Amino acid sequence: MTFEILTYGFMQRALVTGIAISLMCSVVGLFLVLRRYSLFGDALAHAAFGGIAAGLYLGIYPLWTAFVVTISSALGLTSIKQRFQISGDSIVAILLSAGLAMGVILISLAKGFTVDIFSFLFGSILLVSLQNTLLILGLSGTILVIILLLYRQLVYATFNEEQAKVSGIRVDKLNYLLVVISAITVVSSMQLVGILLTSSLIVVPNVTAVLFSRGFKQTAILSMAFAVFSAITGILTSYVFNVAPSGMIVLISILIFGTSLAIKSLRTTNKFAKKSKIIT
Amino acid sequence: MKVVEIENLTVSYENILALDNITFSVEEKDFLGIIGPNGAGKTTLFSCMLGLTTNYQGTIKFFGSDIKKSRQYLHKIGYVPQKPVFEKNFPATIEEVVGMGLGQDQTKDKIDIALQKVWLHELGKRRIGDLSGGQQQRVFIAKALVNNPQILILDEPVTGIDAQSMDFFYQILHDLNRKEGITIIWSSHDLDAVSRLATKVACLNRTLFFHGISKDFFHDEDLLKMYSESSMQMHMHKHED
Repeated sequence: MTFEILTYGFMQRALVTGIAISLMCSVVGLFLVLRRYSLFGDALAHAAFGGIAAGLYLGIYPLWTAFVVTISSALGLTSIKQRFQISGDSIVAILLSAGLAMGVILISLAKGFTVDIFSFLFGSILLVSLQNTLLILGLSGTILVIILLLYRQLVYATFNEEQAKVSGIRVDKLNYLLVVISAITVVSSMQLVGILLTSSLIVVPNVTAVLFSRGFKQTAILSMAFAVFSAITGILTSYVFNVAPSGMIVLISILIFGTSLAIKSLRTTNKFAKKSKIIT
Repeated sequence: MKVVEIENLTVSYENILALDNITFSVEEKDFLGIIGPNGAGKTTLFSCMLGLTTNYQGTIKFFGSDIKKSRQYLHKIGYVPQKPVFEKNFPATIEEVVGMGLGQDQTKDKIDIALQKVWLHELGKRRIGDLSGGQQQRVFIAKALVNNPQILILDEPVTGIDAQSMDFFYQILHDLNRKEGITIIWSSHDLDAVSRLATKVACLNRTLFFHGISKDFFHDEDLLKMYSESSMQMHMHKHED
């Protein structure tokens, strides 16, 4: 049964797309989480919702409009944030509500594309086309190469912006680049888990990895491993139990997080007990 | 040889003068202590020197070049901030922190040498957030030294550090200046430490009211009295504000 489902074309496409998206989300998400920007992914996903609704309303392929709306609104708000020194969480709230408001208005105007919008809200990885798989492979490959090339600068700017600036790194430009990369990641990941669950794919594997790692590289590798494992097992088990893959992927990643917390807490208790023994 | 030249530097924020017509220079291998009360403009001065603030009047030259025209000088300086701000749980080892901003070439050797200078080479694999405040500051000195800088700039680097770590820290600064010939520009509230370590002193209180040999300042009762009165005035102004 397990091997048989791997022979289906839709399952192969789903797994390849799922792995590409989960890798992209975990790597980009690590920089967002460590900048205390965890909810930025959620805000971008809501902006994408507005873009999807606009595409469906105007009769344009919705992923393209989602890319345009998400990237331009994220860039615009980042520029406003830097110019007027507005806090990050306020920007997240503005982006989130603006995207949702735009989407709701367009849906109410159109009165008729609720089925299409549902596949974007909750993901439809098992229905992903070969064209979309190739697009996502291309995008995730490009994003991973950019991050690999700028790895040191991105880590430095995430660790301490001021010191990175003093080292001659163009932090402002780097921040804009990260915003664009995040927007592309979020729009791409809608195929896997949908708008409503995208941010969990960005946040949960990274928060779990930070629990165990000492170094940045180690954290990135662990986070990628958790994300890919969640995507593969989520897609396969959802098929076996006939449930929504998006929910399954997110639940498995949260299960890994819960188990990690338990292991971490056990380790801490054991260490404490050993120390107490030595003292007595 | 002059490595830093500051001429007529004036900075104001919303019509309030933060620095008023500051002029001084730093010679190669100087150990310059910059003293002044809170709000005297020490951090503003460093911010201008490091290119973080560009909205100023006057000129700042490093190695003879105006810093507004070229940012190349940044590769020749190391900077240690007052209290480095970073996420407590940031997953980075000490080696990773020291190596941030370096290119790929000879990174490992450079990091090891820099950590040896601050006696932390055995802790390289530890997570930065697991260290004490004093140890973290030594990591940031190593980080500032990793690129073999000609000038080290330190902005009140011992704030919040215990006395033992502070002495250790001062010994490192002393050795870097006297044995390795690194020019040091260091702001501090610790007059005793400045009198022991610095070869020159700049006394700042929005304006520069003394710049010269350290001994001349600390042996001049009138100057010391002026400094304490000026500090007191500044303190009172801050309370009135």
